[in-house]
Amino acid sequence: MSDITKQSLTELVENIKNKKLSSTDVTKAFIDRSEKSQELNAYITNDFTSALEKAKKFDQKPNLDSKLPGIPMAVKDLFCTRDIKTTAGSKILNNFVPTYESTVTENIWNEGAILLGKLNCDEFAMGSSNETSFFGNVQSPIDRNLVPGGSSGGSASAVAGQLTPVTIGTDTGGSIRQPASFTGIVGLKPTYGSCSRYGIVAFASSLDQAGPMAQNVKDCALLHEVISSYDPKDSTSIDFKRNHYSKELTNNIKGKKIGIPKEYRVDGMPKEIEDLWQKGIQYVKDCGAETIDISLPNTSYALPTYYIVAPAEASSNLARYDGVKYGFRAKGENLIDMYEKTRSEGFGTEVQRRIMIGTYVLSSGYYDAYYLKAQKVRKLIKNDFDEAYKKVDAILTPSTPSSAFKIGEKTNDPVSMYLNDIFTVPVNLAGLPGISIPAGHDSKGYPLGLQIIGKAFDEQNILNIAYAMEEKINFKNKITDWWIK
Amino acid sequence: MSIDLKTIKHISKLSRISVDEQRAEKLADDLNSIFDFIEKLNELKTDNVEPLTSIAETTLKLRSDEVKSKNIREQIIKNSPQDNEDYFVVPKVIE
Repeated sequence: MSDITKQSLTELVENIKNKKLSSTDVTKAFIDRSEKSQELNAYITNDFTSALEKAKKFDQKPNLDSKLPGIPMAVKDLFCTRDIKTTAGSKILNNFVPTYESTVTENIWNEGAILLGKLNCDEFAMGSSNETSFFGNVQSPIDRNLVPGGSSGGSASAVAGQLTPVTIGTDTGGSIRQPASFTGIVGLKPTYGSCSRYGIVAFASSLDQAGPMAQNVKDCALLHEVISSYDPKDSTSIDFKRNHYSKELTNNIKGKKIGIPKEYRVDGMPKEIEDLWQKGIQYVKDCGAETIDISLPNTSYALPTYYIVAPAEASSNLARYDGVKYGFRAKGENLIDMYEKTRSEGFGTEVQRRIMIGTYVLSSGYYDAYYLKAQKVRKLIKNDFDEAYKKVDAILTPSTPSSAFKIGEKTNDPVSMYLNDIFTVPVNLAGLPGISIPAGHDSKGYPLGLQIIGKAFDEQNILNIAYAMEEKINFKNKITDWWIK
Repeated sequence: MSIDLKTIKHISKLSRISVDEQRAEKLADDLNSIFDFIEKLNELKTDNVEPLTSIAETTLKLRSDEVKSKNIREQIIKNSPQDNEDYFVVPKVIE
């Protein structure tokens, strides 16, 4: 049984289709390991009892034509799941039970997968270490007291720790790619408009995207093909022809032009990251691709832009948590007092900080100086990419400026925490797809990732490059099961 | 620029988040360091740049205005912290 959780999604699907394994076998194995892994704190809510029932039901009448036949899967607790508590990692939604299902999770269940439970994340996806969750921080399966990254920290921990075969996270400024990089797994942030935002607890609506997190590129491609769909319920969903990403996956990237942006060589970046990047450049060349030096001149303005745009949108999105329609309510002397106490007691420190930044930059007298300015710089950042893509097919960068850090190391300094997203944020601002793949280890033995950024709607291309590189890199994640007694 | 306690009080009021004195001081420190970082944008001249208002350069699709959800009052009320079956209940607003 123990070997089941080590299998990739692709292997599990094959084994279920060949009837070598039943959905019940697989579901039991992941539940068993999840139960032994409580120290990771990856789950907020489990749904193990009904998962087993669903698996048994599946085995009685298996639909083997589906893409995820009887596959158990836990998802980030930012996706609304019908009749299953959905908290977004916040006290203010501690008792929220959605009466509807998010489109991306609906797509997953429609292909035969079974919900295992809801995974921990930073509160409202605001954080880079999973330390802002009301339900406590998540431990990394890589090492004790190491952050798994964030905001999809529970998701990353659960995939790397083999508590779920694959999962989905959300990425507003790096929340899929950074934790994937920190835990040695693959994470894809799709093009804005590729996956529906319907039923995802909103953080910053012009940046949020759902995406797959997996042990390898092929699994990632398969899950992406399931979740990506046009959805009339999301007005920013885009109706374009989607590929069979896993079927069309190829390691033939001969002649592809890969851009290497000089601005990503930032001050104070450890030599290990630079070395990893150089190795990555060599790998793509070994695969027959060509690398070209490019410039994305406005890169250093991406983070300041993000820290205006994202909080501004968040302050507006989070206005709905008023203690009236759903969620937590504090007692107040009158209506206004009730609002103010509900929001003060219901939101954590980081969320309050961002609501305040957002409120300030949108407030009368400051709108032009901050928000409008940020929208203009955002245009410049997007122009940089448009310009670069006249010469190249994709861009290769490190995923993060460092490997994972210790729990508590950056909690008192918000700006140093924000700097973690320096390589991932520009991709969200420009609405592009980006994938992080594990590419090596640092001297401490912690995983390091490389990021491949694509043109809009060109997920197939970056998946192919990632697939080709994966073969060359031959990365082995060092999971010692330290948390299992 | 510097965000003082008076500004924090003002933002807290606009945000509908009550903040006591002690937290206000910490917030002022945090916001000042974040805005120091944000001020970097002023290095850039953007007078002739069109602001990016939509990342997907498509026009919004129109659809006919049809009612698709019917009789979902119960579902809508279900998660409210306080209700009387038909309405959301809030603290008294009229004396």
